[in-house]
Amino acid sequence: MVNYNERLDRTFAALVDPTRRAILARLEREDGASISALAQPFVIKLPAVMKHLDVLYDAGLISRSKVGRTVTVRLRPEPMGEAMDWLRRYERFWSKSLDRLAAYAESKEAEARKKRR
Amino acid sequence: MTSLTLVRRIKARPSIVFDALTTPEGIARWWGPDDGPVLVAETDPQVGGCFRVRFRMLDGSEHESSGEYLEVEKPERLSMSWRWTGGAEDPGESLVEIRLRAIAEGTELTFTHSRLHDEESRRSHEEGWTGALEKLERHFLVVERSSP
Repeated sequence: MVNYNERLDRTFAALVDPTRRAILARLEREDGASISALAQPFVIKLPAVMKHLDVLYDAGLISRSKVGRTVTVRLRPEPMGEAMDWLRRYERFWSKSLDRLAAYAESKEAEARKKRR
Repeated sequence: MTSLTLVRRIKARPSIVFDALTTPEGIARWWGPDDGPVLVAETDPQVGGCFRVRFRMLDGSEHESSGEYLEVEKPERLSMSWRWTGGAEDPGESLVEIRLRAIAEGTELTFTHSRLHDEESRRSHEEGWTGALEKLERHFLVVERSSP
């Protein structure tokens, strides 16, 4: 469970940065890109991009494979799926609860009206 | 989406909905993700007062959450801190905010559970990565299904 929470922390921490999100969005569109291609649209320097890639890699959000001198970066979906599952659990909890709350309040309202008659 | 917002239109007046939200009898009737029973419901709906609710799910697991009332303005505002207690659930404190607005048919309830992960993830929510995250995941579901 600790590992699970640590993983979630890492996923959310990785996603907090707009540059990293832009990188992920691009990897989603292109299904893999070289590091230099990834760095191109950003005004920041290559070492800064490399740092962002390290954070994404540590969070398990990307994979890196090297062929010759070119490193290709790809998106990995698992941590994101895990983060979404975690959020959906809350949604399910409250959605179900509020549906029952509404039904209960409506029955109380009906009771209150009957009494007044 | 480290903050969750749900809206319900309820055919009951706001004061009745407010009581359903804050009384132990009310809470016992609706709290929980499935039809498992509420085992403990304690409330002290005043600013600084506490609540504690324990429920059992149909799979037999028991869960408890507790917190402190931060805003209690009957019948339109209620907010409280929230934390899972005594289990392996998410550590840390989050925030539940409920607004009740009188409408012709009864009450419009707006429910928000925020600060669901850490401070950082909350900021990230404000920057709006929610849609991006969902889109990315959808994409990957499709890719995974279509790959051999």
